[in-house]
Amino acid sequence: MAKIIVEVMLKPEILDPQGQAVASALPRLGFTSLKAATSVRQGKRFEIEIQGDPTPTQLAEAEQAAQSLLSNPVIETYIVKVEK
Amino acid sequence: MSLDTVAIAEENPNSVQPFAELGLKEDEYARIKTILGRRPTSSELAMYSVMWSEHCSYKSSKVHLKQFGEKAVKSAALLVGIGENAGVVDIGQNYAVTFKIESHNHPSFIEPYQGAATGIGGIVRDILTMGARPIAVMDPLRFGLADAPDTRRLLPGIVAGIGGYGNCLGLPNIGGEIVFDESYAGNPLVNALCVGVMKHEDIKLATAHGAGNLVVLFGAKTGGDGIGGVSVLASETFNSAKPTKRPSVQVGDPFAEKVLIECCLEIFKADLVIGIQDLGGAGLSCATSELASAGSGGMDIQLEKVPLRDPTLSPEEILMSESQERMCAVVEPAKIKHFMAICKKWDVTATVIGEVTTGERLHITFNGQLIVDVPPRTVAHDGPVYNRPIMKPSYIDKLAESTFTVPLPTAADEVKAAVLKLIASPNIADKSWVTSQFDKYVQGNTVLAQPEDSGLVRIDEETHLGVAISTDANARWSYLNPYEGAKLALAESCRNIATSGAKPLAVTNCLNFGSPEDPEVMWQFAETVRGLADACLELGLPITGGNVSFYNQTGSVAILPTPVIGVLGVIQDVRERTPMGIPAADLDLYLIGKYNGNLSGSEWAYLHGEIGNSAPVANLEMEKRLVDFLLSGQSIFESAHDVSNGGLAATLVESVLKNKIGARIELNDVANALFSETPGRVLVAIAQNKTNDIAKLAVKYQIPIYKIGTTGGTNLEINQAVISIEELSKAHTETFPRLFG
Repeated sequence: MAKIIVEVMLKPEILDPQGQAVASALPRLGFTSLKAATSVRQGKRFEIEIQGDPTPTQLAEAEQAAQSLLSNPVIETYIVKVEK
Repeated sequence: MSLDTVAIAEENPNSVQPFAELGLKEDEYARIKTILGRRPTSSELAMYSVMWSEHCSYKSSKVHLKQFGEKAVKSAALLVGIGENAGVVDIGQNYAVTFKIESHNHPSFIEPYQGAATGIGGIVRDILTMGARPIAVMDPLRFGLADAPDTRRLLPGIVAGIGGYGNCLGLPNIGGEIVFDESYAGNPLVNALCVGVMKHEDIKLATAHGAGNLVVLFGAKTGGDGIGGVSVLASETFNSAKPTKRPSVQVGDPFAEKVLIECCLEIFKADLVIGIQDLGGAGLSCATSELASAGSGGMDIQLEKVPLRDPTLSPEEILMSESQERMCAVVEPAKIKHFMAICKKWDVTATVIGEVTTGERLHITFNGQLIVDVPPRTVAHDGPVYNRPIMKPSYIDKLAESTFTVPLPTAADEVKAAVLKLIASPNIADKSWVTSQFDKYVQGNTVLAQPEDSGLVRIDEETHLGVAISTDANARWSYLNPYEGAKLALAESCRNIATSGAKPLAVTNCLNFGSPEDPEVMWQFAETVRGLADACLELGLPITGGNVSFYNQTGSVAILPTPVIGVLGVIQDVRERTPMGIPAADLDLYLIGKYNGNLSGSEWAYLHGEIGNSAPVANLEMEKRLVDFLLSGQSIFESAHDVSNGGLAATLVESVLKNKIGARIELNDVANALFSETPGRVLVAIAQNKTNDIAKLAVKYQIPIYKIGTTGGTNLEINQAVISIEELSKAHTETFPRLFG
């Protein structure tokens, strides 16, 4: 059993209000050593479970899905990888 | 990259600069050189290019728009006119109202959710800047065909963006329009209107005077959002052959804006600012040059003090960034401590970035090096002005000479089928799928909202003073005759206000057109402005401001000329308003106003692929009497609903469906009576013992009235055609969920 992982993040230049909110909440909620964090970025992760090792077709389709369905290419980037 | 300073610009006068890539024409670039007596630095070039873009400078529209000032009636109600962030109108009881409408068309095409969201954010800050508390928003929208794949991408995103941002701000969305037409494919129109209220003494202006006063930037940090967006997004046409431009999209943060609103209102209350300006299109370039040129003239800015989200930004990028949720204020040094304390309380970052000077120049330094040294007026106001060629499009005469036929139902079953077909069509169908995503009642002051004729909000909880807003455009009439189209849109908007029981008071507009470089589009624009200015004069209403959006076209195909006209009205007691829905059985239904059989531009013709040959001619003298008739008769009308898109058929169905109370109607010439969209008509319901009252009013205002039926039952019966309320409801409400659900 393997997983095709698609990780989607906002492009670095795009404002991430949720990440900002997390960054300012961390020290307030007692994670004081993280006060020094200059930024927090929040993204999303998809795990596509498949039987056996992914075939090249499956990887290509995952890539296509990442680009056209799972991410918004105008403001987000993605990476596709495999975890066993 | 090395810093291009004024000194370097003087030493290297012949450096090649990418003015064309920034959207400047060769003669415009030459003019900048003449103004400065040298080549601009790259920062100056950035400022000029963005401020001289069509979007910021109105360079193609200015020569026409000045009619709004020249022809305008002197209105005692107008406290602040065109030129400020938004106009301000006196509504009595020491209340002033400000309202404005703007387009965010191109950004919404690129990234529907964020484009629409930041459109709301921008117009809300414009209203806030005047010193007002924003109280409601509205959004007129236009899309390509409802079943086109691109519309399925755009509409849900845009609707979610408007709802997402507006709902988070706690602002009720009280109306708008949704219209589909193939000409908007690839060019959706996302217009956003905001209305705000304040007391007379709270009005704020965008000005910077008093040497030594401090310039404060406050709100969100500056990032790489929409750099060059204002010129790239708003001034160039999308070309499907080239890869789509993907400029840095601005992302809105409504919670930051909410905090900024409350922070600003507290600052205003403590009377801490001399002048204030929001940062929208063109960001700091716009805010600094406009503040300086509206004041005594001089300003020094230290650009390195601007708090950055992205520390790698160059000074040019800082000047052009369109990061959202930022404001710029001019504050006396004695008040800065108090100002900063309020910002701190609201957790809003505030930084002094410069000061007002005695000079006449805007100086911007970066780490001590002078990078901008310009007369601010040349950036903000003295941009290029084009008197672009205009040419009457050949299609107009061709259409005028043409004849067209559309099938007209006669037998009862044909009439029934035709009505059901019309009310299920996307332009007429029930829009709750969209409006239910918006919070219509937050703040508890909404009295009327979509689908009523106008949105109505209570201003004062004790006196029940309220304001009504309506936005309207009939782009097909504007296509057939832009002069009449503009007049008709204003007339319809006024009629909608009066139908709800409010008195029209002031006008705003958002003029959406194709490329101004196309003489035929420019003719449509010139005729529209002429029509609107004439109509405002005739109706005695001031224009408080507006917005022009050009380049709404794909290839050589422009959108239909779409002047969206917003009218603000005042109602002394919101409890007296007239709703659109039939409230009870056994009332008499009257059609106010005469119709003719011209189906040009009507929804019925559009459903059969015809646009027709001629727009109606606006009769504003009659429209004025109609408004007076409606206001005088308010106490006897149980309900009133304007007859416009979809004709009497749509008006009847909407009036019946609102409270699920049927009606029985008798009409001669049934098809034309149902589907003609002749302007100047309203359907009203009155108690049967008020017959004499309405007849007297009709005589007094010389308005023709026709008793067409009575209310009651569970059907809409038109002559022999019987349609049950269930059938109507099903046809009317199923379209949107089917298309977008």
